[in-house]
Amino acid sequence: MITKEIEFTVNGQLITLDVDIRKSLLDVLREEGLTSIKQGCGVGECGACTALIDDIPMDTCMYLAVWADGKDIRTSEGESRDGQVSKVQQAYIDAGAVQCGYCTPGFIMTSTAFVEKYKGQKVDRDLIRKEHSGNLCRCTGYETIVCAVESCLKD
Amino acid sequence: MFDIKSYEKADTVKQAIELLSANPDAKLIAGGTDVLIRLREGHEEFSSIIDIHHLEEIKGVEMQDNMDVRIGAGMCFTDVIESEIIDQTIPIVAEASGTVGGPQVRNVATIGGNLCNGAISADSVASLCVLDATLEIEGIDGAREVPVTEFYLGPGKIVLTHTEILKSIYIKAENYMGFGTHYYKYAMRNAMDIATIGCAAAIKVDEGKVETLKLAFTVAAPKPTRATTAEQFSVGLDATSENIEKIAKKALEDLNPRDSWRASKDFRLHIIETLAKRVITAAIIDAGVQL
Repeated sequence: MITKEIEFTVNGQLITLDVDIRKSLLDVLREEGLTSIKQGCGVGECGACTALIDDIPMDTCMYLAVWADGKDIRTSEGESRDGQVSKVQQAYIDAGAVQCGYCTPGFIMTSTAFVEKYKGQKVDRDLIRKEHSGNLCRCTGYETIVCAVESCLKD
Repeated sequence: MFDIKSYEKADTVKQAIELLSANPDAKLIAGGTDVLIRLREGHEEFSSIIDIHHLEEIKGVEMQDNMDVRIGAGMCFTDVIESEIIDQTIPIVAEASGTVGGPQVRNVATIGGNLCNGAISADSVASLCVLDATLEIEGIDGAREVPVTEFYLGPGKIVLTHTEILKSIYIKAENYMGFGTHYYKYAMRNAMDIATIGCAAAIKVDEGKVETLKLAFTVAAPKPTRATTAEQFSVGLDATSENIEKIAKKALEDLNPRDSWRASKDFRLHIIETLAKRVITAAIIDAGVQL
């Protein structure tokens, strides 16, 4: 087994690991207890494993864990603070954008990055859809998800 | 877990080349969106990897003193799309890059990897073909330059030898200045799909007549292909809708699409002609000419 020492932050917490170079970041994050990261397709199509790496949405299933060295990683767990869900998470609840929930944490992270990037700018629904096209949801039909994202941009 | 048997990280291009020379089984990994998928599928030929994911030397977009544009092969598609230099000089490359996979894929997949993967459906390659891009390659025996139109040998096959690495993509000023361009990817879905046919055009129109037309297709032959018969036929013609139809018909002479589960040959031929018309028309409009 080849290992490599890496150091990164996850949701603000510094982690040092001697990581097996064969592992994906998805494997490592789940082993660290961050089970909001889901393995869906495993080939970068469904986005259920999306985390923010230096604030950019990435599919962690096809991202080597060793690449996380020195990076700042955010998952849906870290978006809730002091028992309070984030604005994006609350918007998903309010819009009824959560059904079975499997895709939700990945969507939340894509939306979080989207809202941070486009806050205060004029954004149409097509752009919301385009920027969420790397996340699949088989329940909602996306309409409620688009509404949730839209509501976050309003104020 | 990926079945990686040997792993080396290269910090410079030189080091990557040395590592490749030392291990005849090694493969480079950059963005990983092709290599890791192959590994997951159990392709053993990818089990020795040399990591160039972080290699700064092959990143960046620069405008040179002579107005030529250099794109680092290790640039991810999102950085290509958001580059101001690309937007102002060769927007067709950004347009084409925006059709790759989905946002998460574009955030990590590299433009160089897209070419080196050798897929005949590569989304960036048609745009680079109509810009007559030159590829800067370095290997153990030295450096060389290869036109992108000669980079592909067949499906999944490219000219790189084992020790060679694609460093940069160059687009000469004379190949983008004064050209109107357009790219269209025809696929079954608007995202996360592989092109059924991709079509790019770059056109220069002078006093209502076609001065130069460059027209390239993906998935229309065993490798990305320029429709040279149509290009030569178009020179000197009036830029009119009737002539565009004739040029589009000519494009079929250079192409040889295949039957596959994605689309039949007949359907692809139909798409080729339709796209040729649409894309040439849009490129003419982009050149500021009224049809």
